[in-house]
Amino acid sequence: MVDRIPTLRARGLCKVYRTGEVEVHALRGLDLVLETGELVVLLGPSGSGKSTLLNILGGLDTASSGEAWFLDHELSSLDDAGLTQYRRDHVGFVFQFYNLIPSLTALENVALVTEIARNPMHPEAALGLVGLGERLHHFPAQLSGGEQQRVAIARAIAKQPDLLLCDEPTGALDSKTGVLVLEAIERIHEELGTTTVLITHNAVIADMADRVLVMGDGRIHEERRNARRRPAREVSW
Amino acid sequence: MRALHRKLLRDLWRLRGQVLAIALVMASGVGVLVMSLTTVESLEETAVAYYERYRFGQVFARVERAPVHLEERLREIPGVQAVQTRVVRTAVLDIDGFEEPVIGQLVSVPERAEPRLNRLALREGRYPRGASPDEAVLSEPFARAHGLELGERLRAVINGRWRELTVVGIALSPEYVYAIGPGALMPDDQRFGVLWMGQQALQAAFDLDGAFNDVSLALLRGTDPEAVVDRVDDLLSRYGGIGAHARADQLSNWFLMNEIDQLRTLSTILPTIFLAVAAFLTHMVLGRLVAVERSEIGLLKAFGYRNRDIALHYTRFVLGIGVVGVLLGWTVGYWLGLYNTRVYAEFYHFPFLLFRPGPRPFALAAVISLGAALIGALGAVRTAAAMPPAQAMLPPAPPLFRRTALGRVAFVQRLDQPTRILLRQVIRWPGRSFITATGIAMSVAVLVTSMQWLDAINHMVNVYFLEAQGQNLTVGFAEPRSSEITRDLSRLPGVQTTEPMRSVAAKMRNGWREEREALQGLPAHQQLYRVHDAGGRSLELPPEGVVISTMLAQLLQVRIGESITVQVLEGRRPVFDVPVVATFETYIGSPAYMDIRALDRLMRERPSVTAVHLRVDANQRAALFQELKTLPRVSSVTVKEAAVQTFRDTMAETITIFVSFFIVFSCALAFGVTYNAARISLSERGRELATLRVLGFTRAEISYILLGEVALLTFVALPLGCGLGFALASLIVQAFETELYRVPLVILASTYGWAIVIGLTATAVSAFLVRRQVDRLDLIAVLKTRE
Repeated sequence: MVDRIPTLRARGLCKVYRTGEVEVHALRGLDLVLETGELVVLLGPSGSGKSTLLNILGGLDTASSGEAWFLDHELSSLDDAGLTQYRRDHVGFVFQFYNLIPSLTALENVALVTEIARNPMHPEAALGLVGLGERLHHFPAQLSGGEQQRVAIARAIAKQPDLLLCDEPTGALDSKTGVLVLEAIERIHEELGTTTVLITHNAVIADMADRVLVMGDGRIHEERRNARRRPAREVSW
Repeated sequence: MRALHRKLLRDLWRLRGQVLAIALVMASGVGVLVMSLTTVESLEETAVAYYERYRFGQVFARVERAPVHLEERLREIPGVQAVQTRVVRTAVLDIDGFEEPVIGQLVSVPERAEPRLNRLALREGRYPRGASPDEAVLSEPFARAHGLELGERLRAVINGRWRELTVVGIALSPEYVYAIGPGALMPDDQRFGVLWMGQQALQAAFDLDGAFNDVSLALLRGTDPEAVVDRVDDLLSRYGGIGAHARADQLSNWFLMNEIDQLRTLSTILPTIFLAVAAFLTHMVLGRLVAVERSEIGLLKAFGYRNRDIALHYTRFVLGIGVVGVLLGWTVGYWLGLYNTRVYAEFYHFPFLLFRPGPRPFALAAVISLGAALIGALGAVRTAAAMPPAQAMLPPAPPLFRRTALGRVAFVQRLDQPTRILLRQVIRWPGRSFITATGIAMSVAVLVTSMQWLDAINHMVNVYFLEAQGQNLTVGFAEPRSSEITRDLSRLPGVQTTEPMRSVAAKMRNGWREEREALQGLPAHQQLYRVHDAGGRSLELPPEGVVISTMLAQLLQVRIGESITVQVLEGRRPVFDVPVVATFETYIGSPAYMDIRALDRLMRERPSVTAVHLRVDANQRAALFQELKTLPRVSSVTVKEAAVQTFRDTMAETITIFVSFFIVFSCALAFGVTYNAARISLSERGRELATLRVLGFTRAEISYILLGEVALLTFVALPLGCGLGFALASLIVQAFETELYRVPLVILASTYGWAIVIGLTATAVSAFLVRRQVDRLDLIAVLKTRE
């Protein structure tokens, strides 16, 4: 693992938003390395810059200064088309509110991504991994919140991404359903070895990570390594 | 309520693109309506003022020769207010630098006083004076066409004698707003002109001393002109009267009134389309606004705003759009009306123009269009008012999509996901899809309808002039000439073929139905001027009986095999019954033909002709024209090529203007519909599209989903629009049909093609504008919010 290039490296990342006359410093010189195959949980109160960091790592936004490298690509040098291509080929997203396409069935929502991916798995297989092999032909409106989120996870990993980014994936769910979703993420990580970043403000979830980063005020305040990852099914809140 | 007003203004501003797009469609409807109504109003007002100021007659009659003392008897007819007797004849003019013979209509005016009726609007100079018989006043368009000025001279063959006339005045007349020469279909100011000369001079020139051959009468207010027409006919028949007619049938006035009627028809059909579409668009946009503002509505209600305050708020939003549309439409309509009226005034040669539109057209247009918008808004306003506050504050239930039987078809199975999204969207909102497709179709239909005029007129020219007529020159005579003239003409330089024609003024009757129509005699088998059916076949004339146009058959309610009574109004004025042997379809007039020999027999006269059709060698035209200028009693020389050219030019001038207006209007329509459809889609699916962008779809790919929907509906709409265009064109063609001419329903494939291209372009422009907004989608915002 030592010889390999980390999946992601960032150095001195700064992000300044200007809203009206107020300048908001969302990131203030953040350094970060994500090793390949790691599961990292990013903790922090709201406003600490977690989402901003995730957006930059996911190619949705660019840093005001500093640099971010995906393998040997410098993200801040990419234009809009380049970032689109980056997201398309390498990144899987899971959002707090699932963001499924209401007019497509579970299977079709996954196929949406596999159709444009380079080396996708079969959509049915992806849904099987999240335990939804039986509900392939349901539309989002016919699925529960937890099921919708698992479809979203299947959609994110079906392309076999290098990086899976989950922004508060359990934020809109109750504890029991949330655990099911976390189990799905855990299983993906184990079976596919995908480098995974999971944002949450729920500290309990941090126990299932290889590494926990605690953010505050635009920087990483604290970093700790879990000696043993706690299985998702043992987590509850 | 202040805060709500502010919200209203901001909503209108925020949605300005859509507001403007609807306002444009509405403005097109209002514009067409105001344009046609103000033009109608101005033309009518101008015509009435012109007619009154220059004392245009109300009943007109032509005779061969009647003694002047008959004027007294005419004045005694009850209801007659004034009588003006005149000499009206034609002459061939020779104008320097113009090869063809020009036909002049010579009209007498009293030498000592102004005419009692049909006064001249003198533009320059003066009336002719008694002392010099060679003074003439020229009609202004004719003088202008030849660059003739006061004091200049022109040569005329008057009753077989060369005379040199001096221009002493240039004038316009209410009698000749549409100055059409004998045998022509359109005014041609180069080849036909009106010349007013002294009464005594013309009486002397045409051997009509103490006599007249034309009379105009003015009536007392409230007199029925038809009663006077009958009395005039009684008095004049023994002097060779060929039947009096009221002002409504006076040729120039008929054309003017017909034009006004057509404008009126236009003002009913087209604005209806635009305003209906505007109503649908309002429905769509307001429906979306209410859906987006659900929680605001709930909140307002929770604060204690009443249902009717909410209803009023959204009604005001629609009125806001309506006011923009109406103001825009008023402005456009006013200017187009003014422009249009000017074009007409130019075409009809009015000496003055009254364009002072009253409030009526504007008020009417505003009421109708605001009414249409309000009807469109009704559904959404009602939804907003009826929404229970607690429910309104909850997010709307997600739209429920279902798998349909269609989804299992193999073809659909093979579609990619973006295409499925697009198709399901269309099917999920069938009402909206229908409105969008119909709106685009309407715009294509309006394009097809307006452009079909050019096709129809081309077709008319082809059938009437090119297929039916083999001659290239027609010489007409003022009165019947012995048939030997045909032989004389055939000896003139360059003449290859001749063919006689005899036309007699007549009344044709079937039971109580009666029509004034010339009965025309032609050889049984015509080589030049053919009895031609619009379907493309030429007819031989049978030895007995008449062949009549379907229009005349319809007017007289007569069928093949039945007989009609012909009462000839000239010569020995015979009356005879003839069987109708065949009918044929024609676009212009309602002619009746028979074998010229049979006609001669029925007239109990020696073989005579009133016109001769010629085919001539183009190389010898100059020599031929020179001879024709000196031929006595020629009343018309029609060069077919020139007639076709004039026809095309006149049509090009007037119709092209209209067509271009309508192209602009229908572009506004297509633009308004597609822009709104795409914008609403974008507003509803912004989150979905942004999600796709996050998942790695490119801008082009998500534009495909959004605009593909519009494109799909457009492709459905195009053939639909062509069909609707055909229906609309046939409706308008029927509405415009007159006894004088019928515009055929001919739509060339290229017209459909152009309509499609223009419609597509307007759609593409609006798609482009929406596409730019797709580029500005905020990718990050969608991730954090629930809709």
